[in-house]
Amino acid sequence: MSLLTEKKPAAGAPAAEQGRRRPARRQGGAAGRFAVSSFLWVYAVIAVAPLMVMVFSSLRTTREMARNPLALPLNPNFASYTKAWVQASFGTFFTNSLLVTIGSVLLSTVVSLLAAYALARSKSRVTAIIEAVFLSGLMLPVYLAILPVFYLLDGMGLVDNKFGLIMLYAALGIPFSVFVLTSFFRQLPLELEEAARIDGAGSFTMFWHIMLPLVKPAIATVVVFRFVPIWNDFFYPLILMRSKENYTLPVGLTTFFGEYQTDWPTLFAGLVIATIPLVVLFLVATKQIVAGLTAGMSK
Amino acid sequence: MVQADQLSRTKPRKRSPRPSGTVLGWPATVVFLAPAVIIFSVFVLYPMITAFSYAFFDWQGTARGAFSGVENFFTLFTAEPFKSELPRALMHNLLLFAGAMVFQNTVGLAIASFLYKRRRFKKLFQTLYTLPYLVSPLVIGYLWTLLLSPLFGPVNALLRAIGLGELAQPWLGQPSTALWVIVLVTAWQWLGFPILLYGAALGGIPEELTEAASLDGATAWQRFRTITLPLLTSAIGTVSILTFIGSMEALALPYAMGGSTGSPAGATDVLSLMFYRTAFESGASNAIGVSSALATLLFIFIFGVALAFTSIIRRRERKLS
Repeated sequence: MSLLTEKKPAAGAPAAEQGRRRPARRQGGAAGRFAVSSFLWVYAVIAVAPLMVMVFSSLRTTREMARNPLALPLNPNFASYTKAWVQASFGTFFTNSLLVTIGSVLLSTVVSLLAAYALARSKSRVTAIIEAVFLSGLMLPVYLAILPVFYLLDGMGLVDNKFGLIMLYAALGIPFSVFVLTSFFRQLPLELEEAARIDGAGSFTMFWHIMLPLVKPAIATVVVFRFVPIWNDFFYPLILMRSKENYTLPVGLTTFFGEYQTDWPTLFAGLVIATIPLVVLFLVATKQIVAGLTAGMSK
Repeated sequence: MVQADQLSRTKPRKRSPRPSGTVLGWPATVVFLAPAVIIFSVFVLYPMITAFSYAFFDWQGTARGAFSGVENFFTLFTAEPFKSELPRALMHNLLLFAGAMVFQNTVGLAIASFLYKRRRFKKLFQTLYTLPYLVSPLVIGYLWTLLLSPLFGPVNALLRAIGLGELAQPWLGQPSTALWVIVLVTAWQWLGFPILLYGAALGGIPEELTEAASLDGATAWQRFRTITLPLLTSAIGTVSILTFIGSMEALALPYAMGGSTGSPAGATDVLSLMFYRTAFESGASNAIGVSSALATLLFIFIFGVALAFTSIIRRRERKLS
């Protein structure tokens, strides 16, 4: 989990080694180090260049791009963004995505926190089974249950409804959130609660005032890390959303690519709009994202 | 912990001042668990179980007909277009898996092992490598579709600019290259994840181990093979399982690059697309029955392989420790 905190070099090798042959330098000297560095830089370019081309192209005009697909945007042109935002309804899609993502992440984090605390603090077969059922959701291709989900939401009047999508995403977020939060709660010593219990604190007071502040880092991980797949998902809204004013960004993109086929800068601008919140999130919360990505390791 | 475990093996229904089984006491435990259990049961568990049951009925549109046993499963293997689409799509999913595995266990592992000891720019590199992984696969798919476009695409323009113009081609328009492009783009997009995971695992290996080996005259490669690699088993295992699940579920990227029919000519078709078409685009009267049978098979296949994989890895881990 502490991937980003650099490890201190092991202080001084044992004295006994002093007399022996000096160990060969790893990576074989300057040439080796140069080769390693160039390799890392080359792959960094491969990883990021397509994304850079996306941003650059969104700032150019169709005519410029037809003439030379690879030039830099020397006179950046933001018209494509206005066009995508207003004319192609990306403003609406963006608001919908934000609403659905934040709503479902909040809901699933709150219910998962409560459940994870209860699971971490009980040792019975019943709760063990409940936990196992939650965790199986991590490995099941849940989206294949889309037909029953559709009829279920249809029966509740929640098809083509943002609230329905929020409930669904919240439910889908429970396995990962419970998994991370339970293992975090388990690391906290029981003495805290025992002391609070003696002071006469009720279960909820204990959870709210004592445990919650202690699991803040794990909450941050869950919130940030669940944000990404929900923001990116296109399958559920593709099937559950009917009217354009309810589309989220990814499903908006699918219709947009049919309509604006030849208007390249606007297409690129749409892709950038769908991507920017994630890049911002990543830059401000690298630690949480990395912790989320490596969460599977602790188990 | 062990003691608490033994103490709590009493009947869960009983209430006593010293709560049995839970620190919170059963009433509070139930209240805490209820919201998550209800939401998960209604929106995930119930639909999944229902999806299984759908597969065993004959459907006329949205009306459930008679119980038909394994008829729908039989249809998948005997009737066109399923008979020929299923093995082809499965092949493509397995290729996605193989491509990602090869890429992340060569390039990814190399990058991780170069990176974890670095001081300079380490964070910058991590950020750059992880970016494609966070971007929506749909966006990545559309982006590469534009980049690889035959006439105005930057990739072909680049090839022409460096004098390799004869290599310029309609990458996604011809069956011979389309699938390979999708395999490569997927592998490229996912690489950030193994780099981070392998990096974390490498950081956990005590330096004394490799140090001692190098004092004994082991070469860098020997140290890597005999010390580092075995200690990475669990990280490689975790990544492999997640890569397997990811490749079997791949949908957004192939959808963006080849549409719902896996064009050209089904060359980029994958299992999820086949399911999507069968359920929503076929217009057949028994679409629900057949697509649910396909979903059921995929459930069992993906979950089964992932579970088996996990238990193998666990066993190897135990042997090592």
